Amino acid sequence: MELTINGKATTVDGPPDMPLLWALRDVVGLTGTKFGCGAALCGACTVHVDGVPTRSCSVTLRAVAGKSVTTIEGLAAGGTDHAVQQAWTELNVPQCGYCQAGQLMSAAALIDKNVNPTDADIDAAMQGNLCRCGTYVRIRAAVKRAAEIHRGVSA
Amino acid sequence: MSESTLSRRQFLWVGAALGGGLLVQVACRGSSAGAESAPADPKTTPPNIFIRIAPDDTVHVTIPKSEMGQGVRTALALFVAEELDADWSKVRPEAAAYDPQLGSQGTGGSGSVLDTHSRLRVAGATMRQMLVTAAAQQLGVPASELTTRDSRVIHAASNRSLGYGALADAASKVAVPTNVRLRKPAEWRLLGRDGIKGLDAQDIVHGRAKYGIDTRRDGMLFASVERATVFGATVKSFDPSGALKVPGVKQVVEVKGVPDVSVHAGVAVIATNTWAAMQGRKALKVTWNPGPHAQESSASYTAFMRDAVSKPGKEVVNRIGDPDGVLAKATEVIRADYELPFISHATMEPQNCTAQFSNGVMELWSPTQFPDWAHSAVSEHLGLDKSKVKVNVTPLMGGAFGRRINPDFSVEAALIAKAVNGAPVQVLWTREDDLRHDFYRQCAIHRLEAALGPDGNPVAMRHRFSSPAIDATGGKSGKFGAGESDGIGNHVYRVPNRSSEYTLLDSGVPRGWWRAVNTTHGTFALESFIDELAEKAGKDPYEYRMALIDRWVVDQPQDSKEFPFNPARYKATLELAAEKAGWGKPLPAGHALGIAQNVPDHLTYAAEVVEASVTNGKVNVHRVVVAVDCGRVYNPDGARAQLEGGVVQALSAALGEEITIEGGAVVQGNFETYRLLRIHGAPARIECYWVTNDDVPVTGLGEPSVPPFFPALANAIARATGKRPRSLPIRV
Repeated sequence: MELTINGKATTVDGPPDMPLLWALRDVVGLTGTKFGCGAALCGACTVHVDGVPTRSCSVTLRAVAGKSVTTIEGLAAGGTDHAVQQAWTELNVPQCGYCQAGQLMSAAALIDKNVNPTDADIDAAMQGNLCRCGTYVRIRAAVKRAAEIHRGVSA
Repeated sequence: MSESTLSRRQFLWVGAALGGGLLVQVACRGSSAGAESAPADPKTTPPNIFIRIAPDDTVHVTIPKSEMGQGVRTALALFVAEELDADWSKVRPEAAAYDPQLGSQGTGGSGSVLDTHSRLRVAGATMRQMLVTAAAQQLGVPASELTTRDSRVIHAASNRSLGYGALADAASKVAVPTNVRLRKPAEWRLLGRDGIKGLDAQDIVHGRAKYGIDTRRDGMLFASVERATVFGATVKSFDPSGALKVPGVKQVVEVKGVPDVSVHAGVAVIATNTWAAMQGRKALKVTWNPGPHAQESSASYTAFMRDAVSKPGKEVVNRIGDPDGVLAKATEVIRADYELPFISHATMEPQNCTAQFSNGVMELWSPTQFPDWAHSAVSEHLGLDKSKVKVNVTPLMGGAFGRRINPDFSVEAALIAKAVNGAPVQVLWTREDDLRHDFYRQCAIHRLEAALGPDGNPVAMRHRFSSPAIDATGGKSGKFGAGESDGIGNHVYRVPNRSSEYTLLDSGVPRGWWRAVNTTHGTFALESFIDELAEKAGKDPYEYRMALIDRWVVDQPQDSKEFPFNPARYKATLELAAEKAGWGKPLPAGHALGIAQNVPDHLTYAAEVVEASVTNGKVNVHRVVVAVDCGRVYNPDGARAQLEGGVVQALSAALGEEITIEGGAVVQGNFETYRLLRIHGAPARIECYWVTNDDVPVTGLGEPSVPPFFPALANAIARATGKRPRSLPIRV
């Protein structure tokens, strides 16, 4: 199966019905994308497919053939951290960190199209991403901070 | 221990590091005050924390504690870095493999900082002094003219400086100082400062952090296990032919249950990738022997527990005065029952373990909180000599909250690896496996009965409760009431006649330690009931508590010998929570405050005030104020994160989480039925405040914000709506 992963044309040797998540983790060797539920209920496996946040556990290799997939490993384009990565470390959002790859991918997609999100915007965009450590209050703050960084507001 | 100096001879060993640099080995184990002063011999008490300054300036700190999101790697490295005067961006945490010679390596009970911090500070200070001595020799100046900053030794007078990496080899050869001066709090640059960056955050936000599930070994296989969903069921027969036809599937093996550690019977499908293993598993045909628990249900448990609390308990945990006599003669007895369900840990990283059996040696890469137990259980249940079992703890784990204490997933992976014999195999649980094979926070029913005196204060209080005790898991017998009643049987309110009685519920459901353990259910009952009594007495619930706080009077469960209960700290914490929350001040229409505290949980005092409202059948939590006395706070941002996380986890459990049992099996399977809190349900604000208390030992923060939240929320809802929730999860 031919697709672009983090900007690189990649041939993935896996059956067409294999979910993208397992192709990334077990075939390509990109383990930053996490398995949480296998049913698009927790968001831990969120990646971007042609820029759209997508649960990689519930989309097959066949469905992403020819498309561009960005994972957490490819979020910092050109060596510069994405605004959400900067905000997440600035505000010490992660606790165990396991869900955060998915949180960051959802947040990045939000910031990329909405540079001034309200609490309601954030809750709507992020409610598919579970966090068991309870970092939600910091996630709200960090998305707003990321939007500021995106707009060029310094700390 | 004096704050400024401490002899290092008893627990520090200094030398050159392999590959260059300075290595300090520290023996940190056991806990608390005794461990601080006990002399250590490297033969009998070998070092278990390793600090190495490499020639490239990096400071490697090997930490024998499991990192599951509580920030232990950051917290412990911070003590070293402060006294070493290290550049924080060059500090690297490393996970320690389990070494049976090192004794306990478990992580739990909110004790990691308490166990280790003094010795880590001495280690850092010793290294710093040796680096300064080496720099003095190289620069030809007196050590007294040198200062340090950010991993450099500086001679300001000549505008020269040397990096720690360049000095490390020379430093390893200088005389080891006998006594070192520790920095005073006013001199701290890292400890006590806000905004310290978590050491793993960069790796986490770039997807580089390694969890159990990310373990990769050459030639590794992947397994998925069809486990008995009915607790105690066994495999009657299975047909592997369908599974073996799935491309990538290599082998199908039966897993015999190990009831002693709750490894469930099942059939494992082993394949070249996780997806193939899962597909193979779906193609299995398995029939089961249902076992002895197949008739159990949540309904049968509730019926048993309701009956149990309606009569004298089988076990008297404690009794003071004559509560039965006073209640029998009272003109009015206030009675309330509080009911709590089983709940699951639901760590975001499902249980997993990678194991390899090769040349008679079993090696594990396990996301475990207690590698000691994984090691001994694998040895025992696979019949392997302890020297033939090696347990590596994965660098990170995706949440734990007590789930990863149990060795079941480690033993199961070892059993499968033994059958595979040769290749490493990663056994990954699905979400359904994880939710249906947890060690659940036990269900419980508490009945409280009280009579009030003319002043409105209780003259008698009787507590009768029933639960399937954690320690009775697997059908073990004994007395469990003291442990199970922690947080309620040992309450510290002044009641002249009081008792706590317990009746064990038999159940095939495994029970375990869920963040804050027994205090999660006992505190809900006690602190809800205190509010009910205050209301009956016509008193303010905060004032009522302040007037009733007394001292520790019961033998069971006991007070801490080392850190006895201090009512002044208890009151100060409650007072701070009330003050910061604006207790008694006007609120928006429909909003109300609820207040609660808990019997010191893991030696820390915590009180909370919750501001809530109920609209359209929905509970809204607007603001949560947490006040804590845990001694000195060394990493405020990390400490706040723990308290915030505890509040959100408790809110999640209070509003949505419930495991129900039917036919001896868990009903829920994934997050559509086991409903964790999502971001839109999170409080708008969580505020954390510290009772400044530098004269007491530092105590834990991982758990104490959890127990008071449940009753504080229930008390707020009762005041906002006039309807009191007495069972969890709360339905309004």
